[in-house]
Amino acid sequence: MTAPWCDKTGHEIREAVVRGDVTARVVTEAHLARIHALDGKIDAYTQIWEEYALAMADRVDEKRRSGATLGILAGVPISLKELMCTKQGETTCASKMLAGYRSPFDGTMVQRLAAADAVFLGKVNMDEFAMGSSTENSAIKTTKNPWDLGCVPGGSSGGSAAAVAADLCSMSMGSDTGGSIRQPAALCGCVGIKPTYGRVSRFGLVAFASSLDQIGPLTKDVRDAALCLNAICGRDPMDATSVDLAVPDFTAALTGNVKGLRIGLPKEYFTDALGAEVREKVMAAIEVLRGLGAETVEVSLPHCDYAIAAYYIICTAEASANLARFDGVRYGFRHPDAKDMRGMYVMSKSAGFGPEVRRRILLGTYVLSSGYYDAYYLKAQKVRRLIKQDFDEAFEKCDVVLGPTTPSPAFRFGEKTADPLEMYLSDIYTISVNLATLPGLSLPCGLSSSGLPIGMQLIAKPFAEETLLRTAHAYEQNRGFDMGKPPIA
Amino acid sequence: MSRIGKAEVEHVAGLAQLELDEAAKERLVHEMGDILAYMDQLNALDTTNVEPMMHALEMTNVFREDCVGESLPREEALRNAPNHDEEYFIVPKILEGGNA
Amino acid sequence: MEYEAVIGMEVHVEINSKSKVFCACGTDFHAPPNTNVCPVCLGMPGTLPVLNVDMVNKSVAAGLALGCTISRWSKMDRKNYFYPDLAKNYQISQYDLPLCHGGYMDIEVNGVEKRIGITRAHIEEDTARNTHTIGGGQSGVDFNRCGMPLLEIVTEPDIHSADEAYAYLTLLKQTLQYLEVSDCNMEEGSLRAEANISVRPKGTTALGSKTEVKNVASFSGVHKAIDFEIKRQINVIREGGAVLQETRGWDADRGVTFSQRQKESAHDYRYFPEPDLTPIVVDEAWEQRIRESLPELPQARCKRFQTTYGLSPYDAGVLTAGRPMADYYESVITAGADPKKAANWIMVDLQALLTDAKQEITDCKVAPEHIAELLTLIGDGAISGKMAKDILRDIFETGKTPKAVVEEKGLVQISDTGAVEAIVRQVAEGHPAQVEQYKGGNEKVLGFLMGQVMRASQGKANPKLAEDLLRKLLNG
Repeated sequence: MTAPWCDKTGHEIREAVVRGDVTARVVTEAHLARIHALDGKIDAYTQIWEEYALAMADRVDEKRRSGATLGILAGVPISLKELMCTKQGETTCASKMLAGYRSPFDGTMVQRLAAADAVFLGKVNMDEFAMGSSTENSAIKTTKNPWDLGCVPGGSSGGSAAAVAADLCSMSMGSDTGGSIRQPAALCGCVGIKPTYGRVSRFGLVAFASSLDQIGPLTKDVRDAALCLNAICGRDPMDATSVDLAVPDFTAALTGNVKGLRIGLPKEYFTDALGAEVREKVMAAIEVLRGLGAETVEVSLPHCDYAIAAYYIICTAEASANLARFDGVRYGFRHPDAKDMRGMYVMSKSAGFGPEVRRRILLGTYVLSSGYYDAYYLKAQKVRRLIKQDFDEAFEKCDVVLGPTTPSPAFRFGEKTADPLEMYLSDIYTISVNLATLPGLSLPCGLSSSGLPIGMQLIAKPFAEETLLRTAHAYEQNRGFDMGKPPIA
Repeated sequence: MSRIGKAEVEHVAGLAQLELDEAAKERLVHEMGDILAYMDQLNALDTTNVEPMMHALEMTNVFREDCVGESLPREEALRNAPNHDEEYFIVPKILEGGNA
Repeated sequence: MEYEAVIGMEVHVEINSKSKVFCACGTDFHAPPNTNVCPVCLGMPGTLPVLNVDMVNKSVAAGLALGCTISRWSKMDRKNYFYPDLAKNYQISQYDLPLCHGGYMDIEVNGVEKRIGITRAHIEEDTARNTHTIGGGQSGVDFNRCGMPLLEIVTEPDIHSADEAYAYLTLLKQTLQYLEVSDCNMEEGSLRAEANISVRPKGTTALGSKTEVKNVASFSGVHKAIDFEIKRQINVIREGGAVLQETRGWDADRGVTFSQRQKESAHDYRYFPEPDLTPIVVDEAWEQRIRESLPELPQARCKRFQTTYGLSPYDAGVLTAGRPMADYYESVITAGADPKKAANWIMVDLQALLTDAKQEITDCKVAPEHIAELLTLIGDGAISGKMAKDILRDIFETGKTPKAVVEEKGLVQISDTGAVEAIVRQVAEGHPAQVEQYKGGNEKVLGFLMGQVMRASQGKANPKLAEDLLRKLLNG
């Protein structure tokens, strides 16, 4: 199938729309047609906003005709993860609990993208309430990895990654609590960036773990990631944890120059736990960067082995409170057989949440409960500090930390569902970045022998997204091979 | 021997307002037990003089000014409720004094 | 055996910010149900709280007035429990690091001063209001109150009687009203008091098991409920029983407390730091700014009224009970009135008019300058006290100046000796029998004759002058 415009990046589409080479309507129609033709195989989309998308596109075209200045994402077709609050359509978090839920407001990120003249195609699948690493925890559907329909797309932003990889949108907005942007981006061969905690407003992002969640884009190239950050970053009075810091022009960081850049290689990331193929591709990427004049230095993150334990204490604790509000009073599922108050809570929650969500609520409740708080929650907060200090020390020796995004390429459906702990361990390289509130970026660095994408991760100091983007862009422009397209259609 | 027992799973489920059938309880005793045992590895670390990281950012005093903005139209507020009349969210009868 | 009660109070006060504590919804008590609500206070998915700075300022002011230490660093926490009046099923509150702690209030009961320790005062959000009027075994929930700014003030268990509790609540309310941080209206629920009550044999120190009495609608109700509960607990123990730890309500009609809910087990609120909000840092400069803006507090003002204006403790107490009345009084003084006379006129005559009209001093049409003017007119002998009362009633209703009323009604006192003497003579001639009685030694009849003089002069005769002239005539 030919896919005019669908294989283009956001910045290419924007330039074409601004120049008048194509209308936003034509681009949008092309994407909608491709979604209708292909998404039956991928199952990335949970909602397709046909009319709404075309109306947005027409407004962009009208704006151009009127001579007004077009926004920085003019005509760029974007999909949104199911937990982004929008007045349009539903905001279900891929949960039975929120089936049919209509948010009365647009989240800040959504407003900013709309103000930048982006076009929303619809919403995409995810693990229920962003809890998972494979999108298998969705209550709506099972999203496939476009590179191998028998493999998971990763998670929790699996729908986003699959949609971008399969050219079903130009970019997609995901959220990342422990790797939920970077891990699926790696598994589907996209670029995914989790900005520094506080860079992007969380207002309108349904919370999983408030001190870890951050919104970011999944894109086809590094320039699109930079462009998108230009649109969405910056202080929001509706989010007390959004930082009042000037937002640079992130695209200006894409200089291609990494001469003298100090790349830190954490010795703890390159152990036997790392799959051989992933290691090989990541090492090759390091060579590319060295060839461009970057220096490498070994660094140590001595507490990284404790990151998963600390992470699952903190994120489940916060989630147990964040998800308490789903009680069937003001919105969401209420069990029809509930007769009294307790029945309403217990029956609605037990039937509305899937098993992984219930498991995490129980764990989070346990670690906060009387007698266990100090041993688990307080301890985890202390370990979180140690992990952050590890990075602080590493960044005294280097500008950017480089390593794998995941230990292995995409795994098969069902491979890790039997053992929740094994699933948790697949986030080993990503979660410490959230604990340390740092920006992290995953970008493709090759294909495995079985044709599955492999991603590498770059990590920088707080608010040093420019360093990440510069490094990633330099590699991307000089890696010397084409990732190609997934073998679908 | 699992890290936690059935009684603890039941207690935590009670706090979280979840109900579990017997099979789920059995499964959770093992799953939660494994995860908690994994979490217990943190005990290997001496954190005596470590300040807990209670907030993700170092920022303090982020406030809003005392200004009244727009509220939701009532029908918007009530629209998503499983049960409501023109004025109220409706729930099963609340017993007096049940407030904590 | 003698028993003593040990009581600690928990008071929730709604702070009178214009908007809610974490969102921009208004705080009007009278708004129709579920109209002062938004995605934030409804706890809708994807929303975040942002703390209202006015709440911090007013809470610090309250804390300082209660003698508290203001925490340089404090934080908000989540208190987790399930209830339909709680939009998020957690309440944003403060747990181990409250904004204000370690204060006190010096109350006075039967002339004895006593210090009540304030353990803490912390910021939290109010809950929604449940109605029980919806039919079919269902309740309705109104979220207008959910997210209203709430300050919880907790005392040490330093209170030992209903009188002390009453005195504490009265002084607390008075203080908060002086600060203008809350209207402390119990009927509208902007002040809610709970008492934790236990009893123990006198002379012992261990605490007995306590009951929590809540949902009492007035201070006098709190007084009665505590009295009742102390007696009830003592009776339970005397009869060999044990006091159950429970929450008890107050049935005002029957005058009894009743069991509402027994605590099966201690609540496990699973507090943890609120990740959506940053810590609150009140540095010295900020604290000082608020300290300097504090008004004179009721106890200090009461003492000053006694020393500066020579008022009795009682009068000073009445006039400083509320800040508006105290301000009014001082405006009258500033306008030149005699402090003691002004106090009398305000406390007796003006207060009677206010009470009859069910008005507050803030609604009063009589300007403080007009009270001063009225007192000057009396002092000058231009009008009599009786006339002044009539004039006050008039200006209370119309808002006119005393002079305007005097002129309008021709209410000028006749102080001309010749004119008054003429009236006195006329009355004496008209009542020979009474004149004889007086001369025969019946002093009482003078009152009757004076009445006739005032009547004949339509109340305008200067009474002092008229009496002097009458005596002179009769004795002469």
